[in-house]
Amino acid sequence: MADVRPFIREELLPPERPPRRHLISIADLTRDDVERLLSLARAFARTLEREVKKLPTLKGRTVVNLFFESSTRTSSSFELAAKRLSADVMSIKAAGSAVDKVESLKDTALTLAAYDPDVIVIRHPEIGAPHLVARFTQAHVVNAGDGKHQHPTQALLDLYTIDEEFGGIEGLHVAIVGDVLHSRVARSNIQALALMGAKVTLVGPPPLIPRGIEAMGCEVSYDIGAIRDADVVYVLRMQSERMLEGENYVPSLREYAERWGVTPARLRPGQKVMHPGPMNRGVEIDSAVADSPDALIERQVRSGLVMRMAVLYDLLAHAPVEEKVAAIQEVA
Amino acid sequence: MLYAKSGEKSDLVIRGARVLDPGEGIDAVLDVRVDGGVISEIGERLDANGHRVLEAAGLVLAPAFVDPHVHLRTPGREDEEDLVSGTRAAAAGGYCAILAMPNTDPVVDSAAVLGSLVERARAEAEVPVGFFAAITKGQAGGELTEMVELAEAGAAGFTDDGKPVVAPGLMRRALQYVAVAGRRIALHEEEPTLTRGGQMHEGRVSAELGFGGWPSIAESLMVSRDLAVAAYEGRPIHLLHLSARESVEALRRAQDEGVRGTGEVTPHHLCLTDEAVRSLDPNLKMNPPLRAEEDRAALIEALRDGTIEAIATDHAPHARHEKEVPFESAPFGVTGLETAFSVLFTRLVEPGVLPLATLLERMSAGPARIYGLDAPRIAVGAPANLVLLDLGESWVVTEAGFRSKSANSWLLGETLRGRVRATVADGRLAYSA
Repeated sequence: MADVRPFIREELLPPERPPRRHLISIADLTRDDVERLLSLARAFARTLEREVKKLPTLKGRTVVNLFFESSTRTSSSFELAAKRLSADVMSIKAAGSAVDKVESLKDTALTLAAYDPDVIVIRHPEIGAPHLVARFTQAHVVNAGDGKHQHPTQALLDLYTIDEEFGGIEGLHVAIVGDVLHSRVARSNIQALALMGAKVTLVGPPPLIPRGIEAMGCEVSYDIGAIRDADVVYVLRMQSERMLEGENYVPSLREYAERWGVTPARLRPGQKVMHPGPMNRGVEIDSAVADSPDALIERQVRSGLVMRMAVLYDLLAHAPVEEKVAAIQEVA
Repeated sequence: MLYAKSGEKSDLVIRGARVLDPGEGIDAVLDVRVDGGVISEIGERLDANGHRVLEAAGLVLAPAFVDPHVHLRTPGREDEEDLVSGTRAAAAGGYCAILAMPNTDPVVDSAAVLGSLVERARAEAEVPVGFFAAITKGQAGGELTEMVELAEAGAAGFTDDGKPVVAPGLMRRALQYVAVAGRRIALHEEEPTLTRGGQMHEGRVSAELGFGGWPSIAESLMVSRDLAVAAYEGRPIHLLHLSARESVEALRRAQDEGVRGTGEVTPHHLCLTDEAVRSLDPNLKMNPPLRAEEDRAALIEALRDGTIEAIATDHAPHARHEKEVPFESAPFGVTGLETAFSVLFTRLVEPGVLPLATLLERMSAGPARIYGLDAPRIAVGAPANLVLLDLGESWVVTEAGFRSKSANSWLLGETLRGRVRATVADGRLAYSA
């Protein structure tokens, strides 16, 4: 067996591995990286208009989805993205796996690494989990959300959605409203929007706006009236499940909805509204707003698929962007 | 109050070193002779008389170090550290005495537990060890320990380190009663409702990384409270591992008003800021957390001007599997005994931030003074407590190089300047390389 293994590897793996890169934080990206991912996502969007939507691009590659927190849209969109690119996909949910039997994350990562996956997509309730997986495996690691830290593919799909709607991001004003303290989506989006030249204003009650966050390149207002100036109102989920018991971040959800809920009366006509989901209708967002034609919420979900295709493709294929786009179009 | 295994005292001649003892006012190239563990002669061209000779030209000979804050994890977590490995690590770091914290399993809160530690130290300790006892039973913050009996059984001081004494009334009682025991009380200052869910210093870095914040005021509020209690009772207190500018300012003000408050600071708080946490390396997770640059600057200034008298490693060994987890679930604490001098020499003395003499004083006589121990000194008739330092040597910190059982150092892979070449602890050559 010992001398068979290298032979199999050489035959079945692509001739050379691309340089090992991860997508753990938006802070790791340059503006050029984001531009490249946006154009790749646009190219994939065009392929999805065809009748047969599957591309052979990542045939023979293995993508492992390792989800330690419940997720509908992120896990399903990573799975579908990998399948559309013809990769082999393995999706592991925390429930019912060795994870529940108190195996350490390191051991879980080592176990999965034994299958030589090309990409490990991980969602975990603790900050730093993707770093640990990157340390103990040879796979490219994609962070699908680690605690309150980062959710980079969410921010990228949000950029894509905004870019499609407005034809550009530079100079736009985005108000991010609500529970910033517990939100990895907010952190990734503040960085991503600032990187692309948008103005960001955070709006919410003081205990839910972390001290010192202005240093990330955003403004802060405690007054919901501040959302009126924005081109896009990005509503965050009130993350009661992450709040420590008895910490009194807000006196009540009723008072929160009253003071900071995004309602039709607080919006200008034509202002676009986004939400990463899942929504608490009647708390951070009024149903009339969520269901209005100005809400881009379903488009965010669709963007998720093409952006995650772009991210997987970008990590595994290593050609200049023009060639990548050309290659996708050729196949399409 | 200090216990070590009994052994042959050394006969040595240390030849040609730059002898540097800030307390004795010595800074000259001299020979030092040790007879039966006692410094017998300091001069030029001393006879070897058959003693072992340490050729030390180009090296610095200084009073050995005293670490007032070490976790030896014994009893309970001997897989992380024990008396042998911890005291070997101390010797390799240049220490002639260390004080061990009582947050073990079981907690050192009774004469029985303390007695068994003293007995083991007498059999196993490579350098003298003192043991703190807890302020409250089980460090639970409820009932006081039997401090007088514990002091008679050899407790070096009292602390609930790892936990604050939350209730002000209990804090006051402890301070009143410890007077009878004749020992210093040492305080871990942390207001627990302000650190709930906290993982790192609250500031721009925690905001960006999404960590629960551990604000400076969580420390400085308790520092101010306890200095007020100390002032009211007219009793001394010692403040463990200070980290925040506000705490240092409160201590300086109190000292100016005549309060007998002392403080210590760790090498990591003197060298690092919260910016380092961006790496999410669990070996950068400590309690109190790494703070901002202005805090670090205030700590260095306080060390220079003597507001803070002692450098303490807060050596906190952790098993590898406990640190190989996401930052958020990692335990607090890093090791430090074997790197303290070198990292402070490299990062503070060489760049000209801290004079060498000040560093040596704060690592030796400073901590000894706080707890009423005899300060190591280079003087005829004094017990030999000596460290021989090669300030020119560069070395790389590696796991394999540690004598400690644990390797959760924030310095792995770093190149440091200045290395301990030999340590004489209570008259015995405890380490030489």
